Parts: sequence; C-alpha cells; structure tokens
Amino acid sequence: METLILDNEKLNPKDFSSGMDVKWCPGCGDYSILKQVQTIFPDLGVEKEKFVFISGIGCSSRFTYYMDTYGIHSIHGRAAAIASGVKAANPDLDVWIVSGDGDAFSIGGNHFIHLMRKNFNVNYLVFNNQIYSLTKGQYSPTSERGKITKSSPFGTIEEPFNPSELALGAKASFVSRTLDRDPKHMQSILKRAHQHKGTSFVEVYQNCPVFNDGTFFAYSDKETKKEAALFLENAKPLIFGNNDDKGIRLDGLTPVLVDLNSNGYSVDDLWIHDEKDKTKANLISRFFDTSFNGTYFPRPFGVIYAEERPVYEENMEHQIEEVETKKGKIPLSKILSGDKTWNII
Amino acid sequence: MEILKKLPEKIRTIKNVDKIVVRFSGDSGDGMQLTGMQFTDTAALAGNDISTFPDYPSEIRAPIGTVAGVSGFQVHFGSTEIYTAGDSFDVLVAMNAAALKVDLPRLKKGGIIIANLQGFDKKNLMLAQYPEGVNPLEDNSLENYIVHEVDITKHTKECLADSGLGIKDIERSKNMFVLGLLFWKFDKTLDNTIQFIKEKFSKKPEIADANIKVLKAGWNYGDSAEIFTTQFKIAPAKLPSGTYRNITGNHAAAIGLIAASEKSGLPLFLGSYPITPATDILHDLSKYKSNGVKTFQAEDEIAAICSSIGASYTGSLAVTTTSGPGMSLKTEALGLAAMLETPLVVIDVQRGGPSTGLPTKTEQSDLLMAMHGRHGEAPLPVLATSSPSDCFETVYEACKIAVEHMTPVIVLSDGYIANGSEPWRFPAEKDLASINVKFLNEANGPDGKVLPYKRDENFVRPWIKPGTKSLEHRIGGLEKENETGNVSYNAKNHEIMTKLRADKVKHIQNFIPPAKVDNGNERGKLLVLGWGSTYGAIKTAVKEAIDEGFDVAHIHLRYINPLPKNLGWLLFRFEKVLIPEMNSGQLLQLIRGEFLIPATGLSKVQGLPFTTAEIKERIIRMS
Repeated sequence: METLILDNEKLNPKDFSSGMDVKWCPGCGDYSILKQVQTIFPDLGVEKEKFVFISGIGCSSRFTYYMDTYGIHSIHGRAAAIASGVKAANPDLDVWIVSGDGDAFSIGGNHFIHLMRKNFNVNYLVFNNQIYSLTKGQYSPTSERGKITKSSPFGTIEEPFNPSELALGAKASFVSRTLDRDPKHMQSILKRAHQHKGTSFVEVYQNCPVFNDGTFFAYSDKETKKEAALFLENAKPLIFGNNDDKGIRLDGLTPVLVDLNSNGYSVDDLWIHDEKDKTKANLISRFFDTSFNGTYFPRPFGVIYAEERPVYEENMEHQIEEVETKKGKIPLSKILSGDKTWNII
Repeated sequence: MEILKKLPEKIRTIKNVDKIVVRFSGDSGDGMQLTGMQFTDTAALAGNDISTFPDYPSEIRAPIGTVAGVSGFQVHFGSTEIYTAGDSFDVLVAMNAAALKVDLPRLKKGGIIIANLQGFDKKNLMLAQYPEGVNPLEDNSLENYIVHEVDITKHTKECLADSGLGIKDIERSKNMFVLGLLFWKFDKTLDNTIQFIKEKFSKKPEIADANIKVLKAGWNYGDSAEIFTTQFKIAPAKLPSGTYRNITGNHAAAIGLIAASEKSGLPLFLGSYPITPATDILHDLSKYKSNGVKTFQAEDEIAAICSSIGASYTGSLAVTTTSGPGMSLKTEALGLAAMLETPLVVIDVQRGGPSTGLPTKTEQSDLLMAMHGRHGEAPLPVLATSSPSDCFETVYEACKIAVEHMTPVIVLSDGYIANGSEPWRFPAEKDLASINVKFLNEANGPDGKVLPYKRDENFVRPWIKPGTKSLEHRIGGLEKENETGNVSYNAKNHEIMTKLRADKVKHIQNFIPPAKVDNGNERGKLLVLGWGSTYGAIKTAVKEAIDEGFDVAHIHLRYINPLPKNLGWLLFRFEKVLIPEMNSGQLLQLIRGEFLIPATGLSKVQGLPFTTAEIKERIIRMS
C-alpha cells in the first residue's frame, strides 16, 4: 500500500487531529492541552503509528478520541493498568496516559502509585481541575478542604491529595507540574516528560470553566502570577516575585523566604534547584499547603524531580533474555512431556 | 536397589488388588501434600491409573494439632481406570489425633490405620478435643479397623541421631518415614523419590542424605517389623497405549497456554494477582521466561485483567487467571474487553463462595457469574474443564476461540481439578489443532480508511496492532458506530451492535464439536448431564449403574456458551435429565431456560466433590 506520508516528510500538528468533533465545553482548559500535545508531537521524532493513548473516564479521558494515533478510551481509573500491559507487551510503542484528578487519584489511585513505582517508560498526564466535571460538579480528591460542591453543600471535610507529594512518595522517577494557560511552559514540560526514560508524571492545572472556574488563575494572571507561582529551572536559583525580588534559601532542611532587596541576601544565597535531589524535591513538592515556620511558599511549576533508573519493560526483557541464554528455549514437546513419563503398550 | 534385595525372615503375604485409596492426613506442617504427591508420582510411573485430591486448610499453619489444621492428601490408584479420588479410603495415615478424628468417618470398615504414636500423646489428644482420658488407640473404638501404631517420630530421631541435624530438621523428615513405609506396603520403589530429594536439596546435601536415610528406614521398617505382614500389589493399569505423564489441572492449564502461544505464534502475556487456588498457574508460567513468556504480577485483580487487555491490544495472547473474588473484581474490565472485542482468556479456578468463602475448597458456583456477571448485555464464550488433564485441551481451545473470534473467553476450572492430578497421555506437538491468527496490515475501508469494526462472515472484527502504519484508530468502552468504531449514541446502532456482539458469540457454535454421549445409549430413560469437575464421579456412577442394568447415559459439557448445536436434540431423547452440580442448580437454570425441559438438579454445596455413591443413589432413585 502506498503510504501517504513519506517517512522523511515532517508531520505537522494537524496530522495528529483525528477530525472528530471536539466536545469539551467552550473555554475548557483541555483544548489548550490538546493543542500543545498536537504541537509538540511532530518534533518528538517518533513514527506516528507508534503513539498510543490510553485514557480512563472523565472529561480528560475523551482526549484519546481527538488524537489521530492508536488509542483506547477505557474504563474509570484503569488507564495506567492497561498502559502497563501495552508497554510490557510491546516496549516499542510510545505510550501516553491521559487522566484526570478523579480518574488518577481516586478510582485509579492504586494503579497510579504502582505505575510510579514500577517505572514503565510512559507519560502520564493528569488534568487536574480539582473537581468532578463529567458527573457535573462533585468534589474530587484534590478539591481544597471546605469546598462547596453539589455533593458537599456544607463544605468538604477531607484533606486533598498533593499530587506531586503523592507521586514522590510512590517512587515516581519524574514529577512535574504545568498549567493550561501557559502554552509555552506546557510544551517544554511535555517535551521533557517525553524525553525522560521512565514514568513521567505531568500534573496539568486545568481550568474547568463550568464547575470550578478560575481556581488556578492566580498562577497565570499577569497581576498575580509572579507572586503566586515559582517556575523551577534546573541549576537555577529559586526566585519569584513581581520584580524577581524574592527568593528561597535553605536553612538546614527548612526553606526560608528571603527578600533580595533587604537583609543583605543576594542570589548567591539562594537554593539552587537540582532536579536529581530527592530531599529537596520532597520539600518543593510540599510548597502546596504546608507552611514552614508560618510561611507559605509559592506554588512550584516545572520539573520538580527527575531520576534515571531502569524501566520495567526493559528489566522484563533483560530477564527473559538472560534466562533464555542461560537455560535455552525449552522445546514445546519437552514442555508437554514434562520430566517423567512412562509408556503403556 | 540394595534394600529390596534384603530378604526378611518374617513371613509376609502379597495381596493383589485392583485399586486402593490412601489418605495421608496430618498437621499442616507435617508435609502431607508433598508426601502425597511423591506417592502419586511413583504410583503413576509404575503405570497405575490415579486420581488425587489435596484437601487442606486455607491457613498456612493453622494452630498445631487442632482439627482446623488438618491437611489431607487423598490418592486413588489402581490397575483399572480411575475417575475420582475415591468416596472413602482403604488406608488412612494419621499423623496425629486430629487427623484421625477428621478422616475416620470416611475410612472403610476394615480399613488400615497407620497412626503416628506420638501424635496421640496427651497434648495432641487434648488439642484434637478428645474428652479427657480418651485415646482412640486404646479404647477399642477402632476395633473394626486394622490399626498399626508406629512411633514414627522416635524412629526418625533414632535414624538421624548421628546426622548432626537439629531437632527441627529431624522432625521435619518424619513424613519421609511414612512415605518409605507406604512404598513398602504397596510394593513401590524408592527411586523416584530419592531422585526428587536429591534435586530438591541439591544445595543442602546433608538434608538430602537425612531424608533419603529416613525414607529407606521407613521402607525397612515395613519390611522387618512384625506388625506388617501384608503387602499390596497393584498391577499397572490397562490404559490406552501411549506415553503418559502425571499432571495437575493448574499445570495443564499453564502448558496449554504455552502450547497455544507457540502454535499461534503469538507472544504469551499473563496478568495475574495471586489467589487460591489459581496461583499455581502464575507460578508455573513465571518459570517459562526461557520461552519468552511474560508474566506480570499486577497490583490487584483489576490491574491484572486490564494489563492483559493492554497486552491483547498489542497483539499478544493475553490471559488472566483468578478465582471467585478476583472474578468479581474483574467484571467491569471483562465488559470492556467484550465491548472492545479483543481476545482474552480468563481462567477462573472456582472455590467455595460467596465472598472469601472457602478458599481451599472446591465448588462450581461461578457459572452464572461467568454467563451473566457483567452489566449490560455482554455474552461471552464459557468453557469448563472436566479433569486435571482436560485443563490442557480446554484452555488450548479457549485460546483458539479467543484469537480466532476476537472475544474474551472464560474458562471455568475448580479447586478439585486445579490441585488434583491424573495420568495424561499428552499430545504430540503436531497433533495440536492449528490456531489461525490474522492481523490487519492495510486499510479495509474505502479511500484508505480503517474500519476496526468491519466484520467478516463470522462476525469477527479485524485485530489491528498499534505500530501498524496508517491504521491509527481509537477504540473504547463507549458504544461505537458499526464498522467505523466511532463513538455513537444512535439508538438503532446500539441495538445492531448489541446483536452483532451476541451473534458473534452464538456463531462459535459452528466451530465447536457436537455434544456426545460419554457413556450409555443416545436415547433412553435417564440422562445425567454434567459439566466441570463432576466428570469423574458421574462417569463412575453411570458406569456402575449401566453395569447393574439401569437405563442411564452421561453427557458432559465442555462448551457452556454457546452450547453445542445438537444438545437440545439429544436432551429430548431422554425421559428424564439429571444435572448434578456443586452449586444450587446453575447449569440446571440454564438448561431449563434454554430448552424448556423439566430437568432435575442434584446439588452439593459442601466444598467437597461429589462421591460416586451420592450420584449413583440418585440415578437409582430416578430410574
């Protein structure tokens, strides 16, 4: 059969659109995520037919239908488990899991933590809007405490998950956060996630204009962004603030917020971000709802942690090769007969 | 062998017998399962037909010496064809008082008891809850039996006094004394077990030597002790000629999967989560890394089936193995697999339910769940295995159906079959049916479009591996438009798709063999219709009844969905139909519903297999 696209001809974002009507609500943050994914895909250097999207259930999980790649829109919470099987069975495929805060952290919580631990080389995007949208507005495991929703008319009474802390606790090898309203940042994080060999967890703050509008605007609006958000860059100091005048330094293991214009602190005194330092990554992940000596810190975005370690599917293949080399393939006739037989004449 | 040449001075008689049932019974830590399996292997290698029934508690080490901790292994072996592990036993090995208490009711009158004397001390009698001062070995309550009291513990200790082994290791070897003694009693050689011990303890030669020494001591004890005067000889069975091996149901299932993988050319992937009594299939397959088998011990039952669905999507022969509680957890994903129309083999090794139920006991109570246990209408092929060796063929068949008809297939085994063993005249590789797999490699629609749900003449959709150029497409759990697979909420389309999915499964009728009468005539007064592990008990009961002149026949079903095309025709040729099941009448409901016949059920829900007598008694009553 003639291939329509020559191998050396570069694909463009449109080649990744399935052409199906996109049915998210107007203004939904998911549109931006879809666009950024389609934008970076031609640059990833992967043959189109090798991409596989696996999603669960929820608004986010419809994503699969809109990508012109292989994909399964599966059942609630199970995308990570299905993706594990896809990647284990065929390590050649480029697997992307798309999920939401309910799908990944609530009904699929068990699969989420075990995927992080097992470290398949897959990308796990969680569109976190801190609300259940497809079921029309109930609180999610990331909804802030006290949130009024249809199922919590008097406010929720439970603590939310801090996803990056959860992922680190589950031994994730790549933990990052980005947001729908910062396309450039998202593109760079998506590329980094793809580059990382191992399970790349990308939490995307995603606005739900219908049930939880504006939750993350503080991190993207011009007026508030620089004070509320901390954009991490590897080997760079932790600086934020309207005039880049605030920094974070480490006093032992305690983060301290410092004003660069007073107290004699300079950039040289600041904490330098090291993606490979798990202790520091743990601290950064807690720039969420934890206060250190009464101070709350800006919300971190970027790559919080990245660690190279063996991936599951390769370990699996290696073990098979090792045993094959050592023991040799057992002929089927031998498997059928077993070790001990007797004849009846 | 040296010890066999030693001529004892005592007088002994050798009795030839057709068949014998031995029950090894002791504490969970006494090694009765291993002892029983070793005895079985040797009997099988000697050419006896056999059937075994391991019967143990679900606790790994239940309180020592108690009735709850009794672990039994029953082996029925003979020179005639054997189909069950036996209703009652001829020989009972009782390692302690609790074992005797549990198993005495099923010992034949006049049967032999070999009692481990130290297992009947004050403490053991108390733990077994005999009234104070009562010792069954001393109060004439066993006068209808032949009782051999043997101080197994003492003999073992004496035998290993100079071994340098600790008291724990010495105590652990006492099952070998019993085994040696039984080998003498039934005139079997020690060779196979000696070989086994050497292999098992290849890295601990002192333990191997000790076990072999005790094994031989047991044999010599039988040969020289005055109390043992009779040896039994069981000639090799007259089975059809060929090469045989001994096999358990779970192992047969495991190698059935490997065989199907090799014959189909598909890589084998097993996603599983440990659960009794299915775990051995996972254990077995994980040993076959040498053959490229991928086993994935998932984080839970749901991930186990979901990972298998993922692997199936990529073009693997995908399997998940489980038992009742796990089956319950898998149902949603099973619905997804039915909706995606992706091949998958689900092996449910049934156990007593509901809930945690009786984990180590057998039951056939998942049939209706296998048939209907999914939301929405999601019919799936359901196959049942009828004996340990039949697990191979049934599982192989299930794989063939799954990949050739693009559907999940459920295989029902059960605890009795899974752990039980029997001789198996295994097939040659070339005699295995071919498995034909096609992957779609180029567009099947107009203008280079891919139509993932365009069906062939058997209603089967194409299998398309991700990674195939230009065939990118999405599938999912939402209802899909006929042919294109695009999401569709169209009312008529949903009805068409529901029907197509059902027709596809129904159509498999054209590919399965017709039902046939296993025993008896194709017309008559009474038909006994069975499925699953009741095979041996029904076969034996029907055979005996026919021999006694009753007009009865037996049909056993492997294919429960779809049923064989000719089954209705056969059923109507009998005046009465009896359906024995280890549940409250599940096949009974299906048969009544399908054929509108007044079939009668015989149910047993005790966590134990039917005895031949139970079925025969009902046959006689209905005749």
